[in-house]
Amino acid sequence: MSDSDLIVLRNIAKTYRRGEESISIFSDLNLTIPSGDFVAMMGPSGSGKTTLLNLLGGLDRPTSGTILFDGAPIEKLSESQLSAWRAANIGFIFQFYNLMPTMSAARNVELPLLLTSLSPSERKKRVKTALEVVGLDNRAGHKPKELSGGQQQRVAIARAIVADPKLILADEPTGDLDRTTAAEILEMLQLLNRELGKTIVMVTHDPAAAKYARRELHLDKGTFEERLT
Amino acid sequence: MSDLRLILAGLGRKPLRTGLLVFAIFIAFLIYGVLAAFQSSLENAAGPSSSNRLVVANRINFTQPLPLAYASRIQNVEGVADVSYSNWFGGYYREQRNFLLTFAIEPESYTRIYSEYVMPEEQRQAFIANRDSVMVGRTVAEQYGWKLGQQIPLSSNIWRRRDGTFVWPVVIRAIYDGKDANTSTGSVFLHYEYLDEGRSFGNDTVGIVQIVTSDASQNDAVAARVDAQFANSRAETETLSEQAFNAAFIDQQGNIGLIILGVTGAAFVTILLIVGNAMAGAIRERTGEIAVMKTLGFTSNRIGRIVVGETLLLALFGGLLGLGLANLLTNVLSGIPALNQFFGGMRITPQIALSAVGFMAALGFITGAIPAFNAMRVNVIAAFRRI
Repeated sequence: MSDSDLIVLRNIAKTYRRGEESISIFSDLNLTIPSGDFVAMMGPSGSGKTTLLNLLGGLDRPTSGTILFDGAPIEKLSESQLSAWRAANIGFIFQFYNLMPTMSAARNVELPLLLTSLSPSERKKRVKTALEVVGLDNRAGHKPKELSGGQQQRVAIARAIVADPKLILADEPTGDLDRTTAAEILEMLQLLNRELGKTIVMVTHDPAAAKYARRELHLDKGTFEERLT
Repeated sequence: MSDLRLILAGLGRKPLRTGLLVFAIFIAFLIYGVLAAFQSSLENAAGPSSSNRLVVANRINFTQPLPLAYASRIQNVEGVADVSYSNWFGGYYREQRNFLLTFAIEPESYTRIYSEYVMPEEQRQAFIANRDSVMVGRTVAEQYGWKLGQQIPLSSNIWRRRDGTFVWPVVIRAIYDGKDANTSTGSVFLHYEYLDEGRSFGNDTVGIVQIVTSDASQNDAVAARVDAQFANSRAETETLSEQAFNAAFIDQQGNIGLIILGVTGAAFVTILLIVGNAMAGAIRERTGEIAVMKTLGFTSNRIGRIVVGETLLLALFGGLLGLGLANLLTNVLSGIPALNQFFGGMRITPQIALSAVGFMAALGFITGAIPAFNAMRVNVIAAFRRI
C-alpha cells in the first residue's frame, strides 16, 4: 500500500443468507483506489456493485477481509464509530436524490454539517459555497418539490461535498435523469474530481456515464476487470 | 438547536396530521385542567385545613349530632391546645335557591382557631359581642350586595324557631377575606348560642368539635385519646385530621377524584393510542429519510432522540395550549359569584400546572418510545432497497 492509496480492499468476501441458502457475492476481492481517482464501477445486475459501494461507505460489513481507508481498517468499527467516520469522510449521492422533502435546498445541504461542531454562521457560509459550486445558490430557499430532477441531484451533490469528505460514493447518480441533465451532472462530478481533487467511486449501468471517470472497473462473478477510459 | 430544527421539519411533514394530534392533546389537557381546578375548588369550599387541627364527629356519620358537653370534656384531653365547635345551619337568603354555606359557631374560639379568615379586629370584636351577628365572606357579601350593619333575614331549611318560623334575623358585623387565594370566602357564620336558644329541637348538640393540638406530631395520640374517652357512650366519636374530614365531606358529592381520574385516564389512553399510532405511521413513512440520515452519519441514538423530541414537542405544545385555555376558562367561571361561593375560586394552581406538565412529558415519552425504537432499528441497506 502506498501513501497515496485512499482505499485498499484485501481478500474481501461477502456472503448473504436467504433462508437456508447462503449466497456468495464475492469471495476474494482485492482493490486499490488511490486518492484523487474517479472510478466508474460497472457490471451486470446482481454482480455486487451496490454491495461493494455499501462496504466502501461503511454501511455494510464484509464477511471476511479488510477494508483500509487512509491506512486504517474500518470493518471493526462499532456502529456509532462508523457513523462518525462516515460523517467525516464520505459524501453520498443517490439515484433518487433522497433529499428531505420538508427542508429547503440550503437546509438539505446543511444536514451533514449538523454533525460537526461548526458555528451556525460557518455552516451558512459553507452551504452557500457548496450551492455556488453546483450553480444553485439562487435556489437555496426552494424545497425539493420546487426543483427539477437535475437541480435536486445538484443539491444532493452539494450535500455530498459540503463537509469536504475525502471520498464521494455515487450510486447511479444519473439513473433517473435525461441525457442532457445526466451529462451536466457527470461534468460536475468530473469537475469535482479534477479541480477539487475529490476521490469518486460511481456505480453505473451506463457506458456513456462511465466515460467521464478516469477508469472503469467491471465487476463480474466476484472479480474486477479494469479498463482505462 | 440543530435537533430542534430537525424535529420541526419532521412535524412539518404532514401539517394536517400534526394539527389534529395537537388538537387531540389540547382537548385532553383542557379537560384535565378544568376538572383538576374543579376538584381543588371543592376542597377549598369544604373549608380550610391545618396540619395541627382535628375534627371530632359522631362515629355514625358527621350529620349526626354530638352533645355540646363534649367540647369542654375534650378541652381537658392531654395534647389539646384549643377547642371550638360548629353546627350546620342549612341557610339560604330569601329563597331556597339562594343557598348559603352557613355554620353556627362559637365565635371567639372559632375566629381564633381559623386565622385563615382575615378581618379588621374591631369587626371581629363586634361579631363576637353581639349574639345576632353574622360574619360573611367577601364573595357572598359582594354577590348579594351586603354591607356592614345591614340586617338580613337568614333562613334555615333545617332549624325551625320556637315561634314556628324558619327565619333568623341577623346583622352583618364582619366581612372576612381569605388569608390567601386558596381560602374560600363563600361561607356565612352566625352564633351557636343564637341558634341553640332559638331552635325548637336539637338543643345542646353540635355538629362537630374542632381541636387544635399542641403539636401536629401529637395528632394521632390526641385523636385516639378523644375517641377512647367517648367509647361506649351514646354518641361515640371519630376524630380525623381536618384534611381527612374535608375529603370525607367532599366525598358526599361523589368521588370527584375518581371521576377526574376516570375521565382524564380515558382521554389519556385514547390519545396515547392515537398519537402513538400516528407517530408509528409517520416513522414508517419516513423510513427512507431516516436511512439517508443514518447514511450521512446520524447515529441511531440521535435519531431516536429526534423522534422522541417530536412527540414531546407535540405533547407540550398541545398540552400547554389546553392548560392555557383551562386557566382562562376557570378564571371566567370563578368570576361568576354564584359559582365562586361554592368553589372558592376555581383556578389552575401551580400544583395542577406542574402535574399537567408531568403528564405532558409522560405522554411525549410514552408515545415516542416505540416509534423511536423503530426508527433506531431502521436498516439502511434494506430501506434503500425499498425506495
